[in-house]
Amino acid sequence: MRRRRYWLWTAALCGYAFLYVPLLIVIVYSFNDSRLNAEWVGFTLDWYRRLLADDGMLVAAGNSLLIALVASAVSTVLGTMAGVAMYRYRTRLLPILVLTPIAIPEILMGVSLLIFFVMLNFTLGLASVALAHIAFCIGFVAIVVRARLSGMDESLVEAARDCGATPWQAFRHVTLPLIMPGVIAGALMAFTLSIDDFVITFFTAGAGTVTLPLQIYSMIKIAVTPEVNAVSALLMLLTLLLIVIASKLSPSLYQSDQETPA
Amino acid sequence: MTPRERAARAGRWLVSGPPLVYLVLFFAVPALIMVLASFRTPGEFGGLAPLVDESGRLDLNIESYVRLITEPVYAQVFVKSVGYAASTTLICLALAYPLAALVAQSPKRHRNLLLLLVILPFWSNFLIRIYAWMIILGPQAALARTVNAVLAWFGADPVALLFSSFAVLVCLVYVHLPFMVLPLYANLEKHDPALLDAARDLGANAWQRFWRITFPLSLPGVYAGAALVFIPALGIFAIPDILGGPDDSLIGNVIKQQFLETRDWPFGSVLSIMLTIAALVLAGLAAWVGRAGISGQRPGRA
Repeated sequence: MRRRRYWLWTAALCGYAFLYVPLLIVIVYSFNDSRLNAEWVGFTLDWYRRLLADDGMLVAAGNSLLIALVASAVSTVLGTMAGVAMYRYRTRLLPILVLTPIAIPEILMGVSLLIFFVMLNFTLGLASVALAHIAFCIGFVAIVVRARLSGMDESLVEAARDCGATPWQAFRHVTLPLIMPGVIAGALMAFTLSIDDFVITFFTAGAGTVTLPLQIYSMIKIAVTPEVNAVSALLMLLTLLLIVIASKLSPSLYQSDQETPA
Repeated sequence: MTPRERAARAGRWLVSGPPLVYLVLFFAVPALIMVLASFRTPGEFGGLAPLVDESGRLDLNIESYVRLITEPVYAQVFVKSVGYAASTTLICLALAYPLAALVAQSPKRHRNLLLLLVILPFWSNFLIRIYAWMIILGPQAALARTVNAVLAWFGADPVALLFSSFAVLVCLVYVHLPFMVLPLYANLEKHDPALLDAARDLGANAWQRFWRITFPLSLPGVYAGAALVFIPALGIFAIPDILGGPDDSLIGNVIKQQFLETRDWPFGSVLSIMLTIAALVLAGLAAWVGRAGISGQRPGRA
């Protein structure tokens, strides 16, 4: 038994190394005093300084933030509604519409929305990207909210209704506070998904609009530079923060058999 | 209908209506428009030709579908994409099993952290994860220099690691690994350790215990993970686009090319529809097999 565990640990450590070494290399080289991402020369913060002076990058970051804020706000409201509806009512159509965008390859949603916007003569830009992001974020929020609801004691809502609360009052004062950690976790997830999205943005942004992932894409298509490492490191830090907060709020995000405490 | 029933019905529509309308408008309608676009004629300057031509006739045809069948190059791209996705799935399974098993066997208080560590890289930006492999596999990086030094020692020609099928496959595995670990862990964690103890008492060695008990019981998790890896891997375009060579164009790249470069939207729509059908059939199959696996799961038979 002990030998088996030893073997298992070694294999799993290799797995973790495979997952983390590439990301660590990106971060380490963002502090490297060399144009080539090939060997360590010396420590510098130059690439971060250059990043802050790069107007194109700052515009892209601003666009990404704006889109992510709008997309996460709207998709949190719609996704929470979808999660509640899927949990409470026996609907057939809604789960299909909510889950299919997550199940199919992203490129399909990207190209179908491209045709859709162009046929409607809707100018591609920030608005079309935000509308597209909302559509794929709804499903993720709905899943988290539904998971939270299934851990909730339904008799609390019944008690509120028996005491004379209207359905809205029961939702507002009983259900919503109880599922709030799930709602916030869903919002943070939607924000992260939106700010990181490349594929759907690539098809719906049009020629003139740039977001951070699009900017990174055009930079690495030309050359590998440590400036990309620096922006990557910052983006990773932001994502890490959001996800750690989200997972603290809603452990069911990464636990399969969680009895979520209310 | 009592007032309370009427209120309940109104509430139901108030809650499910807005997300339903949004998703119909921005998911279902675009999908249907794409189906319609697949029967139209490409425009003179890209995009789509007018739906009604000069003589006032509705311009719908199946030429793009005919093209898909008569030009074997597209079937070949599909086969190649399936090959990449299948290889990715198998390699992910081999790498994910020890990770999932370790998390499932570790003390309860460590499990959440170990699992979070598997998922975290998934939350970093997709392009950054691709970019990381550009650095690692780059011609001036330590890995490529070591490999080529060894090859030179054997008298072989140097190879390029970047812009190759190898780079595409490594990155496909890297990006999709967490999707395999999660369902596998969810399954392994539910196994009853008494089964393994019983098998050991009856004289089964570690190898037999794994292949005759653990693995058959984990099949629902394996199928779920396989679907979660295979389907997105089938439609990927950014990884071959950035890390692949000229021969590594997959179906996602051809779709991207039809929409943004060649601008033959009807044909791009046909290819997208084929990809959608493949993804939905596979997802349905995985769900069906998973359900059959759970209901037919009896420890005595496994």
